[in-house]
Amino acid sequence: MRLLLRVALVLLTALPAAAQQGPLRIEITEGVIEPLPIAIPTFTAETPAAEAWARDITRLVAQDLIGTGLFREIPQDAFISRPGFDAPVQYADWKAINAQGLVTGAVSLDGDRLTVKFRLYDVFAEQPLGEGLQFGASTATWRRVAHKVADQVYSRITGEGGYFDSRVAFVEETGPKDARLKRLAVMDYDGANVSYLTDASSIVLAPRFSPDGNRLIYTSYATGFPQIYEMNLQTYAARPLGEQPGTMTFAPRFAPDGRRIVFSLSQGGNTDIYSLDLGTGERRRLTEAPSIETAPSFSPDGSQIVFESDRSGTQQLYVMPVGGGEPRRISFGAGRYGTPVWSPRGDYIAFTKQNAGRFHIGVMRTDGSEERLLTASFLDEGPTWAPNGRVLMFTRETSGAGGQPALFSVDISGRNLKQVPTQGPASDPSWSPLLP
Amino acid sequence: MQFRTITFLAAATLALAACTNPDRFGRGGADGALGGGYGAGGVPGSASDPASPAYFQQTIGDRVLFAVDQSTLSPGARSTLDQQANWLNNNPEYTAVIEGHADEQGTREYNLALGARRASSVQEYLVSRGVSPNRLRTVSFGKERPIEVCSTEACYSQNRRAVTVVAAGLIG
Repeated sequence: MRLLLRVALVLLTALPAAAQQGPLRIEITEGVIEPLPIAIPTFTAETPAAEAWARDITRLVAQDLIGTGLFREIPQDAFISRPGFDAPVQYADWKAINAQGLVTGAVSLDGDRLTVKFRLYDVFAEQPLGEGLQFGASTATWRRVAHKVADQVYSRITGEGGYFDSRVAFVEETGPKDARLKRLAVMDYDGANVSYLTDASSIVLAPRFSPDGNRLIYTSYATGFPQIYEMNLQTYAARPLGEQPGTMTFAPRFAPDGRRIVFSLSQGGNTDIYSLDLGTGERRRLTEAPSIETAPSFSPDGSQIVFESDRSGTQQLYVMPVGGGEPRRISFGAGRYGTPVWSPRGDYIAFTKQNAGRFHIGVMRTDGSEERLLTASFLDEGPTWAPNGRVLMFTRETSGAGGQPALFSVDISGRNLKQVPTQGPASDPSWSPLLP
Repeated sequence: MQFRTITFLAAATLALAACTNPDRFGRGGADGALGGGYGAGGVPGSASDPASPAYFQQTIGDRVLFAVDQSTLSPGARSTLDQQANWLNNNPEYTAVIEGHADEQGTREYNLALGARRASSVQEYLVSRGVSPNRLRTVSFGKERPIEVCSTEACYSQNRRAVTVVAAGLIG
């Protein structure tokens, strides 16, 4: 299913090693007021047939970077010089138009094989930022090459990991609100390359990527009752997990090692959290309370689980050791808290909050302190972390008879709220890890 | 292999349920009110035939409603369920799947758990009125299958429901 990409990562050795900490730097957590001006001249086509590819790849690199809200692209018609990829950079020409960053690149095509080289320059420091790099790939995977270039640029300037070369699993929705049809789908993080994994014959909910990105776990009503399944993304084969007649299972999430999952099981009206070893099938009950325990999420070191429970009377967030044991409540603000998701960096927990008739996506420290709400609407829910732990994607649904869900993303600073393009209504996003 | 067979039966039961209750998510049940007296006979299979699923669905009423974020049964709900239990006791060839539902004001997975609670409340009550637990199964649809689509309390109150879907034959 996933496009095979053979990325040859070759350091271009012509340039001296650059300073690691230049003035060209964006701190994402502080919230950027003024986007950084960056020049991205159309990459040089080294062979005539590469011209269209060079144009498309340059546009996609720019689109990735501008889409973060952290950069402002300087229009190409403002450029004073148009450098060849290997010619010395005329820094004065770029300073004059106030470009702080400069991305140059070159593309060649041999058969269906693309080779893409790029360099990043800190204009005001008059030096390259990091090494030049070269990626090789087939034309079918050209978008991934562009995303990899953009990830490098983003990463060098922000000091954070990239997230453009990643996938998103989600639920595509069609039909009226009282008879919705749902299909599992995956797409690139920017909405391109959609493929559908199930037909619309049963309700499917809340997919989650495995840590290696090769499998999905999700809930399906294929038997008429909600049960959790695992799907292999290479073969599309799906198998039920932990099936037990008379029970409902849902809310599955992978452990960081990919070998175990945690999920909710309802029996006799009571919902608790269980773990399942995917290899041995061994199941363990982690919570034992008459209240609702669901929406579990592992800490990235695998030692703790954050989940929601209404044991206090309303939905709140709790953290417990991975083997079960006494949970510690971490949410104490007004309203109800649900769907906690531990950041892949381990520094924050994202959640859905309901208060005074509105829904919010928020983040808090893992001990519950420093709560910040990032969004507000009629219905926002179910955040998922970008691989770098600095951006969240979630479902936003509009109200009323014609109400429909869509995917949105927002920085953890609360900036750059925007809709993620999908062909139709979509819900329940799950962000993959960064692709290899 | 064993569970495959069971799964198939469950699916078959549901398909049958979909047949006998044309609107299996329960549209139009609650407004059936009190037409057709119990035991009055009537057109076989119609809502006036006390032995028909249509009677169960429309005349008795196949659903009960719940307060916000609650799963306790109101006196009115218990009265409806008393009649449902009578019908099930008088028509032992039928089994039932009890569907628990929630309104859209909640997160998806919490609402699944809440729907499970509501379905279970109904199941426990029917069992307490003599219906064999072997004839009842519960399922939660959370907020996935609203019956009313507006985003005000008028609709939400109808969506916070548990619907008893009867079908002839085995249960999964």
